[in-house]
Amino acid sequence: MALLQVKMVNKSFSGLTALNNVNLDVEEGSVHAIIGPNGAGKSTLLNCFVGRLTPDTGTVLFNGKSLIGLPPHRINQEGVVRVFQTPEIFADLSLYENVMIPTLARRDGHFALNAWSRADAQIKVREKVEHILDDVGLADARHVLAGTLSRGDKRRLELAMCLVQDPKLLLLDEPTAGMSRADTERTIELLKRIGERRITKIIIEHDMQVVFSLATRISVLAQGTVIAEGDPAAIKGDARVQEAYLGGAQF
Amino acid sequence: MTHTVKRDRMLVGGFALAVLTMPVWMTPLGAGYPDLLQRFAIYGIFAIGFNILFGLTGYLSFGHAVFLGVGSYAAVWSFKLLSMNVLPAVLCAMGVSGLFALAIGYISLRRSGIYFSILTLAFAQMAYNLAYSVLTPITNGETGLKIERVDPRLIDTWLSGPSTLIPSTNFFGMPMSGYSGFFFCAVLLIAAFYVALRIARSPFGAMLRAIKSNQNRLNYAGVHTRPYALTAFVISGIFAGLAGGLLAATDPLAGAERMQWTASGEVVLMTILGGVGTQLGPFVGAVIIKYAENIFSAFNPQTLHGIFAFLPDPIEDVVVTVTGLFVGNGWQLTLGTLFMLLVIFLPGGVIEGARRLGVLIGRKTAALRGRRSQPLGSALPASGAASE
Repeated sequence: MALLQVKMVNKSFSGLTALNNVNLDVEEGSVHAIIGPNGAGKSTLLNCFVGRLTPDTGTVLFNGKSLIGLPPHRINQEGVVRVFQTPEIFADLSLYENVMIPTLARRDGHFALNAWSRADAQIKVREKVEHILDDVGLADARHVLAGTLSRGDKRRLELAMCLVQDPKLLLLDEPTAGMSRADTERTIELLKRIGERRITKIIIEHDMQVVFSLATRISVLAQGTVIAEGDPAAIKGDARVQEAYLGGAQF
Repeated sequence: MTHTVKRDRMLVGGFALAVLTMPVWMTPLGAGYPDLLQRFAIYGIFAIGFNILFGLTGYLSFGHAVFLGVGSYAAVWSFKLLSMNVLPAVLCAMGVSGLFALAIGYISLRRSGIYFSILTLAFAQMAYNLAYSVLTPITNGETGLKIERVDPRLIDTWLSGPSTLIPSTNFFGMPMSGYSGFFFCAVLLIAAFYVALRIARSPFGAMLRAIKSNQNRLNYAGVHTRPYALTAFVISGIFAGLAGGLLAATDPLAGAERMQWTASGEVVLMTILGGVGTQLGPFVGAVIIKYAENIFSAFNPQTLHGIFAFLPDPIEDVVVTVTGLFVGNGWQLTLGTLFMLLVIFLPGGVIEGARRLGVLIGRKTAALRGRRSQPLGSALPASGAASE
């Protein structure tokens, strides 16, 4: 059974169809890229997975459990964790606190009245936070306020905030958008290292270099419909994909 | 982390020392009398609790005086029905205001930002009007709730028989007027300060700061933000109830005006003036405002003429007329001006000002030391800056 099963999902906004009978199976351990031209419905689809949007019809099953109608914090506690397109971080807290908060959320669940112990004295949490910050190369900046980071570093921080929760399914919405070539390379390298942990990932991406260097499976979305699905080599050679993307030109 | 356990202990110790010695060091400032000192401590508790909601969680309540008023009424009822001992009164005040906070917070926290503020303000005005008119049997309307000779005082009567005169409030015999009343309030202020500090340093406090910073992110990190915000609301309501109970303990009457929107606004001013989100700021703000209220409102034209007597008569008259607007009944004009200047030039409040001053002095002394040691240490030009 696939880890994430999406069946016949439809979503329209005031008459405009954004998703049209989308079917998608994401296998455990895979890196599944969703590509497609602007306005194809990629972000809408992702929003349906994390509780930001509710599909009009259709089912989204994670580990056999429906995610539809669950609020975002419940979906997160199920193990579906999302990295946003524009980094969502706690701008006026330190990097350490930024990573500590999701760590505590994973340990304590969606609510815990833990008002008497010291946050900085939780040894296991501390070790975990330090380890992840080290992993993404931000350990030296742990006391810096997150809002002062560069865009690329904010991305890496957000990635750390998501990784520290040991996600079962990690959703990455254009992880390299707006990044310099060098930052993109570093991010690819980082995501590959995460790949070693065998976290199932869904990646939305425009940058084909990123897609083909990471993905084990690719779905192509155009006008709200999955027009092709397969391994990277098959997608590269698919005529419909090239039609939808570049009007017939080669990648 | 920068906040070590040791530094926090020093902070609490220093705070306790400063508060308990207030009767000494406040005397030269003309504030060394128990009535005013009591008010410093009580409004300090109010502001410290308010800061947990506003400073930490980022929710600006414009109706927090409700809990102050409810606390006062609950305490006076405890005096009337149970005992003149302040312990049950204070506990009643905290319990009842906590329940009110739970109800009001549950509804108000369905919205955030300005809508939350408006909802709390609406609740406060409703409570004020109810207390003033509809609920007269409970609140005694515009006269205010007082203790009377005929009150049952069940516990007191049971322990020592009916009394013929109105006994005064006490803590197991210790009277609540004068300095013993101040020390009672001061100990509770220190306890409140300590509790607020523990909360701020806890995982719970970290969640509250995360709510203030980016509630959306916190939701997607698996945290249900509403129970956190509601708990913060209830805790700050209980602090306000404690303050209200102490107001009644030191002066056993409760009136509806304690819940008026001006009282709600005052605690916002205190917190901002002292420094939002800082540990010491709310108390400092409370002291400044209560001090200004007391000192500037006591000035009258005679005292002003006395101060400006050295000026030539026509100028003296003009100066007295102008400054007269800012004192006496117009003391709030002084407060308003002070508040505006502070918000414009020092948005971090008094505590932020003190911190900047500290940095400035630190740099000056470092520079001085650097200049003096130049002949010896010129090979290490950056040593002064690095050690700082």
